[in-house]
Amino acid sequence: MVLIRNSMEEKEENKYSIIVPTYNERLNIALIVYLIFKHLQNVNFEIIVVDDGSPDGTQEIVKQLQQAYGEACILLRPRPKKLGLGTAYMHGLKHATGNFVVIMDADLSHHPKYLPSFIKKQRETGASIVTGTRYVKGGGVHGWNLMRKLTSRGANVLAQTLLWPGVSDLTGSFRLYKKSVLEDVISSCVSKGYVFQMEMIVRASRKGYHIEEVPITFVDRVYGSSKLGGSEIVEYLKGLVYLLVTT
Amino acid sequence: MKHIVKITALLVALSAFWISLLQTSVLPETQTWLLPLYFIVSLGCYGLLMVGVGLMLFPTCPHEAILLQEDIAEAKGFLKGKGVDVGSD
Repeated sequence: MVLIRNSMEEKEENKYSIIVPTYNERLNIALIVYLIFKHLQNVNFEIIVVDDGSPDGTQEIVKQLQQAYGEACILLRPRPKKLGLGTAYMHGLKHATGNFVVIMDADLSHHPKYLPSFIKKQRETGASIVTGTRYVKGGGVHGWNLMRKLTSRGANVLAQTLLWPGVSDLTGSFRLYKKSVLEDVISSCVSKGYVFQMEMIVRASRKGYHIEEVPITFVDRVYGSSKLGGSEIVEYLKGLVYLLVTT
Repeated sequence: MKHIVKITALLVALSAFWISLLQTSVLPETQTWLLPLYFIVSLGCYGLLMVGVGLMLFPTCPHEAILLQEDIAEAKGFLKGKGVDVGSD
């Protein structure tokens, strides 16, 4: 009886702050909020929308969502213009009142239905970080052509060989962190873009934090516009070398 | 210990092993000189193999796209009722 009561108390003590950086995600932010509420019933959470001055009216939609769901659960913490992903997380972190922080994309490539599995994995293992991986059985990607898969796989093999990171998906950005761990790791990261995501998880791994993975599926709906050009590849290689030498 | 230190230590150990092979002539010298080349080539082949295998076994999830469309329809229906503007952008 005492054991049951303890785990129930633990459940009620945990609060999950979900940081969603947005830019022109007028429709997707509403869908994401609906899906989060649908899949996280009986969980104490808040959604922190960090909008970088979207011209399409994303913030108006968030205000409508606040009317529908309550202002305690949906926080709008905007910024005047596009200022980068890393700083968006830091900005959201300042307003987070949970003891756990989830970061996820706003374009529905990350489906909120995986949030319970993140939470469950963390509870079972006591991990400091739970990261979603697209590259294991049970996970997957949809919407990538052969070239995209090839570059992804090649990049992954190169990173694994050079960095020995201990996770299978380095550039993924669907993650659950203990708040204190995120604060610690983010303060030492300086990269931009997806290299930033890599730097976060590699630095966390180097610092010895307990990292677990859960399979997630990734549906890329932005056909064609997430092209990987020569400059992205160069940036990636530069990022790898930087991480090789400084972590 | 920084990662680069670990890698350097590994390379130094391999080099020391290679030099000792040269000194003690366990293998014919011409063969020993080629060992680093063999090592790099096999590393490259291993890498290509991993990429190829990974590409073949790349997990895909076409059904997820369909499920997502259903979720979107469900969400739109609910949100319209709650006064949230879900017209397409």
